[in-house]
Amino acid sequence: MQTLRVIWAIFVKDLRVEWRHRETLASMCVFGVLVVFLFNFAFETAREMSLRLLPGLLWVAFAFAGVLGFNRSFAAERENASLEGLTLTPADPGAIYAGKLLANLFFMTVAEVVIVFAVSLWYNFSFIPVLGLFSLVTGLGTLGYVAVGTIFGAISANTRMREVMLPVLQFPVAVPAFIASIEGTTGALRGEPLAVYADWVNLLIAFCIIFLVLSYLLFEYVLEE
Amino acid sequence: MPPETSPAKSGLELRNVSKYFGDLAALRDVTLRIEIGESIFIYGPNGAGKTTLLRTLCTLARPAEGHALFNGEEIHSNPAAARARIGFVSHATFLYGDLTARENLKLAGTLFGLTALKERVAAALATFSIEDRADEPIRKLSRGLQQRATLARALLHDPDFILLDEPFTGLDAASVEKLEALLRRLPGEGKTVVFSTHNFDQGASLARRLVVMAAGRVQFDGPLGMAPLDSLGIRNLKIEN
Repeated sequence: MQTLRVIWAIFVKDLRVEWRHRETLASMCVFGVLVVFLFNFAFETAREMSLRLLPGLLWVAFAFAGVLGFNRSFAAERENASLEGLTLTPADPGAIYAGKLLANLFFMTVAEVVIVFAVSLWYNFSFIPVLGLFSLVTGLGTLGYVAVGTIFGAISANTRMREVMLPVLQFPVAVPAFIASIEGTTGALRGEPLAVYADWVNLLIAFCIIFLVLSYLLFEYVLEE
Repeated sequence: MPPETSPAKSGLELRNVSKYFGDLAALRDVTLRIEIGESIFIYGPNGAGKTTLLRTLCTLARPAEGHALFNGEEIHSNPAAARARIGFVSHATFLYGDLTARENLKLAGTLFGLTALKERVAAALATFSIEDRADEPIRKLSRGLQQRATLARALLHDPDFILLDEPFTGLDAASVEKLEALLRRLPGEGKTVVFSTHNFDQGASLARRLVVMAAGRVQFDGPLGMAPLDSLGIRNLKIEN
């Protein structure tokens, strides 16, 4: 019960901090939409072309928006050594990780909704007929990406070139999640049955489980000096 | 590896602890036993290792060599048990600038698993006279008010061991007086106070035991009255600081 209280307290704290200055979400959404906007000028938008292009475009926009979010997420923790303040409590470090993960997941989801809406407008593509399976694949991909981004955000927070270090550390690890997400998204957007890309979805599930469990258990060592 | 000799059954203890930052030895073979109810003044010049010593005692730093013990057990084998009984004030405030003092204390209280949180937070804010500014974001408060909120946060969970690194920084005269009175009172209530300050006279008036550090080593550890101030060069240190 105390673990759940800690997770909720960290989640609410991050939301409250974000509500006070609205920097993280704004920068994530603007950057994501900007990527979509620029790609719109670079490529044809015929439907058949869109179906080839959109999965990659969406995940490029999600990935860049996510990096901004993860960096900002731990910027507030660096100020006044607040992360050390959390470490000094008897709270389970894994619960602190879970709270941060939940907040990052919330910010990513909001940014993704905005990005998908922008894609829908500019590429004249309706997501509504494929919304169920598209949400499943995107949700799993996002969870895996956020699981990795949150722990690497905490690791890079203690490094000197943290803004550079985060993508350098995080992207290679997140590659399997990106590949599976793009393949899964391609299948979902084409309206194919889940069985066609079930292997990619299974890979995403495995990725999520591995990195959520590992990060929960190892966050204690990330918090150490 | 267990310590070679029997550790203190209650309290904090460092046994032959060394700590390095690259080539720099911040602590060298430090042995220190801190019992319940003591008041200890850590004194030394800049770079003597005072902050690293306090960070090791509060579990933030892990010794490179030696043992840090809490109630006779390795402190890092169950850090949560030690953290529940330790309150630490550092150079940093540990507070979120976008949250108010009340929100910061509530968050800390939740993480410490405290009950009757609203009342405890109100009492802690009242102890350090920041109730009037408790609902303003921390970043809008002066350094002195932030320091008071930091002290309130450190004492919120009623810790047995109160470790303070330069706690008087930024405080006005009235707040200094209040904190001094608190530091004098706490050992009588069974609390242990370990603090550092560059003001020797101030520190000496508040503690019964003196630990003098230089270059990461403990130069003296004993009752204040028995400290050979001249041979320790404390008068020189006072001039330096």
